[in-house]
Amino acid sequence: MMPVISVIAYLALAPFAGALLDGLDRKLAARMQGRKGPPLLQPFYDLGKLFSKQMIAVNRVQILLNLSYLVFLAIAGSMLFAGADILMCTFLLSTADMFLVMAASCDSSPFSTLGAGREMIQMMAYEPLVLLMAVGFYLATGTFHVGEIIRAPACAVIAMPGFLLGFIFITAIKLRKSPFDLSTSHHAHQEMVKGITTEMSGPALGIVTVAEYYEIVLMLGIVALFFLNRHWWSWPLAVAACLLVYFLEVLWDNVSARVKWDTLLGSCWVATLLTGGLNGLILMFVR
Amino acid sequence: MAKLAKSPWLLHYDGSSCNGCDIEVLACTTPVYDIERFGIINTGDPFQADILLITGGINHQSEAVVKQIYSQMPDPKVVVAVGICACTGGVFKDCYNIKGGVDTVIPVDVYVPGCAARPQAIIDGVVKALEILQQKREAFLARRA
Ligand code: SF4
Repeated sequence: MMPVISVIAYLALAPFAGALLDGLDRKLAARMQGRKGPPLLQPFYDLGKLFSKQMIAVNRVQILLNLSYLVFLAIAGSMLFAGADILMCTFLLSTADMFLVMAASCDSSPFSTLGAGREMIQMMAYEPLVLLMAVGFYLATGTFHVGEIIRAPACAVIAMPGFLLGFIFITAIKLRKSPFDLSTSHHAHQEMVKGITTEMSGPALGIVTVAEYYEIVLMLGIVALFFLNRHWWSWPLAVAACLLVYFLEVLWDNVSARVKWDTLLGSCWVATLLTGGLNGLILMFVR
Repeated sequence: MAKLAKSPWLLHYDGSSCNGCDIEVLACTTPVYDIERFGIINTGDPFQADILLITGGINHQSEAVVKQIYSQMPDPKVVVAVGICACTGGVFKDCYNIKGGVDTVIPVDVYVPGCAARPQAIIDGVVKALEILQQKREAFLARRA
């Protein structure tokens, strides 16, 4: 019964939670830059506007691919919140991203084609750590099963602090934060217009935005997984950890400039090796 | 005050401006004037823009571009002409290559005078445009329903 409730809660509430977090992000970023910033509910206004605008479709497949992106992200998140296999969840996460890449490459704009290429480079950068992390959970708790990981006697993070660090690193890519927002940007740097979303207007962009809100909640859900155990106090601890990680991402976003793709790839792989790789090796020897 | 549109995304295009007005437009997007408090995002993408901000008069080269950008913006949308050049052609009005103000090629909703237009005037113009955008949005939704 419990998994059903949490999946329904995820599917229904994640867009709201994601939008609120996004609003918080924009408010925080504005304060860091000494501005007042938009209202907290601005992302809701944005979504309302996007879905009420005229639909200019560049072709018939794009909207379908956008919807697939949304659906696969929702399924990936549901797997996590249902307490299913974490490995499966990460595979679905990359499948979802492939749909976004296809949606961006199916139109004629050179900017979105460039964005699609960069999105694939980003996937290459973060994928090793995501897979290693699933293995890390297995080494630390003896199972890939989320439902069992959260019933472990102690927080997983005690055995795998390196993986958490690495995960915070790649979450910046996943949340499209500077310095790694190569494929598209929420901010005013426009060296390739809007990259991957250049030819998406109105409702099509709205769908991608909702999908991204699902993704934010999914990523924070994985952060929470590092902290959850069978004691009740691990839940408030996990929530606090998620908020802290989100704050760190916003901070990082505001203090760093965008890097080039080769720096992205290099730094990500080095970070993966130093955090996940080292942590994984130690875990294997200890076992 | 009339109801303002809540999530206006802005696109800036330079028709043939001397760059004076452009610099003032860019000044508006700096933290000092903080246009994001109105929910405004400065986007470079016509597909996602609601407000088209044009500086400078229209010449024979920029005419096709302005028309294309305007046609790529989804309804409802508004156009703001910033600076006297964009309003009427200004000092360049009688030049052989200038067609005139922006309204010679696309419909303009708000005219912001000045040479160069001050950031305060530009923000005033944009806020005026938000009112018009909101009216257009309501009319658009009523038409669709
Ligand atoms: S109005 Fe003045 S400052 Fe603006 S583009 Fe024309 S000449 Fe330049």
